[in-house]
Amino acid sequence: MQLTTVWFGLIAILWCGYFLLEGFDFGVGVLLPVIGRTERQRRVLINTIGPVWDGNEVWLVVAGGATFAAFPEWYATLFSGFYLPLLLILLALIVRGVAFEYRGKVDSAAWRRRWDIGIFVGSAVPAFLWGVAFGNIVRGVRLDADHEYVGSFVDLLNPYALLGGITTLALFTLHGAVFLALKTDGEVRARAGALAVRLGLAALLVAGGFLSWTQWMRTDLTGAVLSAAAAASLAGGVGAAKLRREGWAFVGTAAAIVLATVALFATLFPEVLPSTVAAANSLTVHNASATPYTLKIMTWVAAFCTPVVLAYQGWTYWVFRRRLRVEDIPQAAAEPAGGQTEAAVRQPGL
Amino acid sequence: MTCPFRDLWPLRGGGEITRLGDVDALDLARWQFAVTTLYHFIFVPITIGLSALVAVLQTVWLRTGKSEYLRATKFFGKLFLINFAMGVVTGIVQEFQFGMNWSNYSRFVGDIFGAPLAIEGLLAFFLESTFLGLWMFGWERLPRRVHLACIWLVAIGTQLSAYFILAANAWMQHPVGYRINAERGRAELTDFVAVLTNSTALVAYAHTFMACFVTAGAFMLAVAGWHLRRRNQPEVFRPALRLAGWVVLVAGLGVVVTGDLQARVMTDQQPMKMAAAEALYSTTDGASFSLFTVGSLDGHEELFSIRVPKLLSLMATTSPDGRVEGVDNLQAAYAAQLGPGDYRPLIPVTYWSFRLMIGFGVLAMLVAALTLWHARRERPRLARWVWPAAIWAVALPLLANSTGWIFTEMGRQPWTVFGVLKTADSVSPEVGVADVALSLGVFTVLYGILAVIELLLMVRYVRAGAPEEEQRPAEDGVDRPLAFAY
Repeated sequence: MQLTTVWFGLIAILWCGYFLLEGFDFGVGVLLPVIGRTERQRRVLINTIGPVWDGNEVWLVVAGGATFAAFPEWYATLFSGFYLPLLLILLALIVRGVAFEYRGKVDSAAWRRRWDIGIFVGSAVPAFLWGVAFGNIVRGVRLDADHEYVGSFVDLLNPYALLGGITTLALFTLHGAVFLALKTDGEVRARAGALAVRLGLAALLVAGGFLSWTQWMRTDLTGAVLSAAAAASLAGGVGAAKLRREGWAFVGTAAAIVLATVALFATLFPEVLPSTVAAANSLTVHNASATPYTLKIMTWVAAFCTPVVLAYQGWTYWVFRRRLRVEDIPQAAAEPAGGQTEAAVRQPGL
Repeated sequence: MTCPFRDLWPLRGGGEITRLGDVDALDLARWQFAVTTLYHFIFVPITIGLSALVAVLQTVWLRTGKSEYLRATKFFGKLFLINFAMGVVTGIVQEFQFGMNWSNYSRFVGDIFGAPLAIEGLLAFFLESTFLGLWMFGWERLPRRVHLACIWLVAIGTQLSAYFILAANAWMQHPVGYRINAERGRAELTDFVAVLTNSTALVAYAHTFMACFVTAGAFMLAVAGWHLRRRNQPEVFRPALRLAGWVVLVAGLGVVVTGDLQARVMTDQQPMKMAAAEALYSTTDGASFSLFTVGSLDGHEELFSIRVPKLLSLMATTSPDGRVEGVDNLQAAYAAQLGPGDYRPLIPVTYWSFRLMIGFGVLAMLVAALTLWHARRERPRLARWVWPAAIWAVALPLLANSTGWIFTEMGRQPWTVFGVLKTADSVSPEVGVADVALSLGVFTVLYGILAVIELLLMVRYVRAGAPEEEQRPAEDGVDRPLAFAY
């Protein structure tokens, strides 16, 4: 197999990892105001992803870096072309990351409410825009002969890509609900489980529509088979959620996200960014790639590092495998503990 | 009637307006890079230095069992987390920005520059973020030694990250291990080991490493000083102050030594930068170093200056009578070699950023020495200004770091990759001035707001002091609430 194919595959894997992992923490962020009715419930929600969200986001950073290293032309055209959506994603990710860390640091309802909005918007916006971005990548954009993006921001908001955005938003929200049902106990667990079933039907509908549209637009046998498998996994996951088999429900939504992502990449291959102006203007794994020497080095690095990363990230999930209950949340961790200068005003437990 | 927005954000795309009056997309992209990078680098050195210092405190606690070290670990750990969050979220912008604003640069250097960036993510960012999560939420959950190992792995992760990103930057200062592929119009990697062992990268890493510890040490010194001034929790903050003071002094010495090495490498590789650091216009043997100058801003005329004889030659060549090439001579040589053009950086910027970097750094060391001396036996007459000096000195290394980067990057101009690719040729050709203006605007506003919030939180948590900790037997198996929960 050619190294360019290997790296196309590795980048697909990195995006799968990103959507699989950050997918559920986006979902938890979107569901924060829906499922977290009381302050301590909201804190249960946030703490389910507390130890892992930052590590999950690194999958995006590595996907970006790997694209830069392995397909410089793809990286350059994509990032300069999708300027405003990426700007919005960056702003959302900044606000969201800071919000997780800072929301509990001051014991004030108004303070927390503002950061909760930050978490909700900061999760919903990228969850939607990544779908829009991938929709445009698969559909193709206006590239000139120099492989420069010559379309506009409005061009990126076409119906197909917007449906892609709704699909990722729905899938990630569902994935988050399933994750919460798996990782919490009590009221939060029950509410998340019930919501997962209702969300599941909606997600099945939009994802099915988006993947069918994709295959109608660019028919690809592998892509079609994978899309069907994704839909089947999704249906299975929703069914398991209905039966309160929370572990299997999570396996189902996780598999659906991975299979749908792989389906998009398989449909795209060997192009990486098709041009709607002329086929010759398209970026492919061949004309966008780095040199074989660079790819070889990167392959060795990836071969050594990736298993280690997977092992310790997996271990993190094992360490924090227990369900989180309201009782695990310290009552007034909001205020700086101890100290002599400021007597913390302790709120009664909710 | 025409809508002004239609011209700025053309709905049909293509033919973006990249220039509007006197402002063009290139200028704004440069400003955005400066703003976002300098801002990011407020938090980075504190993260790098403080992760190791917190790890040291926790190690001491585990070995001695003294609860004041556990309290110090948790106290500085909280401050570390407040700082870390900002470093992380502003870091993603850095990676995206190359593609968004500098797509021609990315196209041209991606084969070389992308690899260290990707490896940084794979090797360093995963390590940092995963083990930081384990450390934060692992109090009372993980065995104590394993928990300690987590913070050490975070510290190691920050070091790896620093090395790879500096190797990438060093390649821009002094490109090695590559060839130009004229057909593809790009630089291609031929020797990755050469890129990683670039002398510029090695000295820059050593210099930055030391500077990070000066920064984190000064941070800890200021916090401890604030409490000791109020005679607050001396059992926690006296040892912290001693540790911090010595770290600033030792690392400060390291900054001086590595800076000296770096100056020589730079003189060799980027003579124009060294000449611009001193605003030395004509090639001189036994060149002096001016502490400051009052003169015309272009530097050709000098009204008044305080000079140390032969110091510049000594810094640049190790010999007091060594020859340092001048800006005008180098300009003529480059023009002859590379064709007509202006190969000079902005001399007033390089001149002053170089001096201020050194001045702020030296001042930080002096304050640390003074504070250490004062802390041994308090002298009531001095206390009134030693403690405030120690507290405000937190800003000195931050200013030295910023001016240092301004010098390094501005001194390389007009190049992004020295001698290979000009900044003017690096910008994204199809990104309009309105897009860059918008993004520069929102980043500046958002970063400004976040700076205020971060500062308020820091002050709040510093004032709160160290938490009280009960000593517990290790791993007693009792289920406790999450200690560092969000």
